[in-house]
Amino acid sequence: MMQKILFGNLTWQAIPFNNPIIMGAAVFMVAIILLIIGALFYFKQWKTLWTEWLTTVDHKKIGLMYIILAFVMLVRGLIDAAMMRLQQAIAVGDSMGYLPPEHYNQIFTAHGVIMIFFMAMPFMFGLINIVLPLQIGARDVAFPFLNSLSFWLAVVGAVLLNISLVIGDFAATGWLAYPPLSELAYSPGVGVDYYIMALQISGIGTLLSGINFVVTILKMRCPGMTLMKMPVFVWTSLCSMILVILAFPVLTVTLALLCFDRYFGMHFFTADAGGNAMMYINLIWIWGHPEVYILILPAFGIYSEVVATFSKKYLFGYATMVWATACITLLAFSVWLHHFFTMGAGANVNAFFGIATMVISVPTGVKVFNWLFTMYRGRITFTTPMLWTMGFISTFAIGGMTGVLMAVPAIDYQVHNSLFLIAHFHNAIIGGVLFGYLAGLTYWFPKVFGFKLNETLGRYAFWSWIIGFYVAFLPVYLLGMMGMTRRLSHYDAATGWHPFLVVAAIGVLIICGGVLFQVAQLLVSIKNRASYRDVTGDPWDGRTLEWSIASPAPFYNFAITPHVNSRDAFWQAKQEGSHQSETKPQYEDIHMPKNTGVGFIIAVFSGIFGFAAVWHIVWLSIVGLAGAIITVIVRSFNMEVDYYLKADDVERMERERQSMITQMATKAACCGSVATQPQILNTQNI
Amino acid sequence: MLKRRRLLITGLMCGIALLLSGCKFVLLDPKGMIAADEKRIMLTSILLMLIVVLPVIFLAFAIAWRYRESNKHATYAPEWSHNLLLEIIWWSIPCAIIATLATITWISSHRLDPYKPLAVKGEPLEIDVIALRWKWLFIYPKQTIATVNFIQFPVNVPVRFMITAEGPMNSFQIPQLGGQIYAMAGMQTKLHLIANAVGDYDGISANFSGDGFSDMKFIARVTTKAQFDQWVKTVKQSKATLTSDAYNQLVVPSIKHPQQSFSAVNKTIFETVVMKTMMPMTEGNIK
Repeated sequence: MMQKILFGNLTWQAIPFNNPIIMGAAVFMVAIILLIIGALFYFKQWKTLWTEWLTTVDHKKIGLMYIILAFVMLVRGLIDAAMMRLQQAIAVGDSMGYLPPEHYNQIFTAHGVIMIFFMAMPFMFGLINIVLPLQIGARDVAFPFLNSLSFWLAVVGAVLLNISLVIGDFAATGWLAYPPLSELAYSPGVGVDYYIMALQISGIGTLLSGINFVVTILKMRCPGMTLMKMPVFVWTSLCSMILVILAFPVLTVTLALLCFDRYFGMHFFTADAGGNAMMYINLIWIWGHPEVYILILPAFGIYSEVVATFSKKYLFGYATMVWATACITLLAFSVWLHHFFTMGAGANVNAFFGIATMVISVPTGVKVFNWLFTMYRGRITFTTPMLWTMGFISTFAIGGMTGVLMAVPAIDYQVHNSLFLIAHFHNAIIGGVLFGYLAGLTYWFPKVFGFKLNETLGRYAFWSWIIGFYVAFLPVYLLGMMGMTRRLSHYDAATGWHPFLVVAAIGVLIICGGVLFQVAQLLVSIKNRASYRDVTGDPWDGRTLEWSIASPAPFYNFAITPHVNSRDAFWQAKQEGSHQSETKPQYEDIHMPKNTGVGFIIAVFSGIFGFAAVWHIVWLSIVGLAGAIITVIVRSFNMEVDYYLKADDVERMERERQSMITQMATKAACCGSVATQPQILNTQNI
Repeated sequence: MLKRRRLLITGLMCGIALLLSGCKFVLLDPKGMIAADEKRIMLTSILLMLIVVLPVIFLAFAIAWRYRESNKHATYAPEWSHNLLLEIIWWSIPCAIIATLATITWISSHRLDPYKPLAVKGEPLEIDVIALRWKWLFIYPKQTIATVNFIQFPVNVPVRFMITAEGPMNSFQIPQLGGQIYAMAGMQTKLHLIANAVGDYDGISANFSGDGFSDMKFIARVTTKAQFDQWVKTVKQSKATLTSDAYNQLVVPSIKHPQQSFSAVNKTIFETVVMKTMMPMTEGNIK
């Protein structure tokens, strides 16, 4: 009785000691955590960790931490993928493979949840955080504290998901947890509860971020930057964040209703007592389809920036790009039913949603042509970001085609839920979203760290990824045509699927090679950072404002708020030579937000609440929830949230950096590695 | 160098040929008029879209190669970023293709509506389908027989499947005969199919439903009318009957459930399963 009150449903049986795979993973995770803690003690970095990272409200640092989170989760998701591919490569005929269904089912669920919510979303927010304020000439986002809170809530979601690997289990329902399977009757364990809590907590963070960035874009652009002068990445981010604001509340409500079903015996989505599972499927896709565009629109923005920069040309058809993005944003909400044509909605409804889906391919196709004609009559340098972009254009064309194919209900009846679908959305998400984010990461890396990434290893990574992708997913398309449905843990030898699944598994291995090259690229670049140093702050001959300041960007971003009067403002200024000025700049006091640990604390309380709720530990969940709410209230009474950075300090820091840059440039010039002279930065006249 | 490349290409071709020889592309090998129609629409749509996709991929590489930095002969026009005519062209070509596809979509969605009876002469055979954890129960209401994980029906006779579920959602599909439709608890969906060739076809559940999902398969055997009638007679001699009790035993979850047949059927079972969640205060069991 006492134990029930203290620990709820949590017992030692929750930890699967007899499962070597899970225990191996647990030992590995604990070892890494101990290693980090040990390193923090050894290098006496606890204070730095707290003051510089856990409490930071600097959008660049938060962005960086988002990307670290994304990479950690990418590795976890990739391991899941490799395990699934290995299982399907060996579980043929009488063999049941090495994973029992109940474990295998958790793995494909976790793979989907991780890759969308804890890899792609953090990666996207990381890039937007780092770049967007710099591109609009702002010193931070509109609500810096909220930004830190959003990030830590995302971390808590990811932590809960990883805890579920060891303590208890994760959902075994597929990544969208369709009821009635996800209801208590058919999923009595804690898996779905972990799923709900992890997504609810990180989802609130996502919604807050969406609001934050929309306000930032609308209110914090530098003087002269009208909407139609914004860089395209800012436009696509704006549209994506509008989608976040409209779509994520739907997800939150849907999961909350499922949560009520499971916790309080309600019947929103159960089969009996008036519940309606079809309602859940509709609601989850009303969020789920826009989610796809939430992810891909910023990637489209990155391609636009990269293509223009490395073709040394203005983006072709800027206005068309903006309108195409806006069209996609609107249409994103009119197509959700194409995820379940097979539910029996009737010919009129299916045809409407099918045609609406196809219509989206028109603005998307127009974008592709605009990118192609940006390259036309350009001077193209094939750096790694440009390689990712080229890989995207050719790969995404195929992914788009198979997508439109499945928008025809008559065809979808055949390929729905088959591996053809799996190949299609990996085609769109790897070839579209991930390639874009990786291009963006390489492109903006020097702005964050002050040095470029190693190009050779970057190329190796690219080629491994793209070859690995085709080797892994072309067989999957074919398997779809062979009638293989998704989520099978074993199959008959007579189906003839086996050789294709073996090839697909080899493809995943090649992709793993790509990730290893990326890790190597990072390590080599850090080691040789002196020779990759970005002295000018403009390593790629860039076009937009972020390249007008030093690399790494100072914590206040712009010493002087820039004024712009054209698109590609920095490029324009370089053409006119007005970015270099002899006059002494007039510095002013800069209004800055103070660091705060409140976001971190609220997130920790939310995490406690989530964990306690999963295990029905009533007192602890009350502590968690109350703690979070009280922290919010206490924070609202704190009026000292900002300070002024004095003009003199700004001047001193700018001068220090100038002299350092000059020194480095002279040194570099001696060695003959850097030909360009440092610019005396004056963004006033841009 | 050239020799090695030729060797590589030959090896690759052989590999592909080997891979493709032993396998069955069931979606490209339809055995019924519905599946054949669906295949035809798929191929038409792919061809239509290739009109845009192939030039795009070709242009991507051609432009990238022509305007590479080292090619100083190519024109460089850094300010050129707008051309009304070009933009009109690439708004209108995708629009035209999508308009064509949309027409195909509208017509085919109605023609291949799974709820629509087939325009084929002859009284359709009705088979009621209940998706259970993790097996398929088939009831032939007119013949008053039932089977588990196995169905048989005559060639060239339209079949009307009435589909429901008890438990998680599944999706009923015989890929070589046509598309799928969900099987949901408390709901009744419909699927009209026809087989135009005799043979054994794989039937699957195409929607994940839990631990036994991978083995939730059935055989759809298509025979001549005479063989079908003979088979019904054989089943009629089976000892087992599908009473409420027998049904409740089937509802108990089981994996790799063997094929079964029942010589008599409690006719209310299907309707009760569909309706049981609709009734207020259900007791859960069949009377």
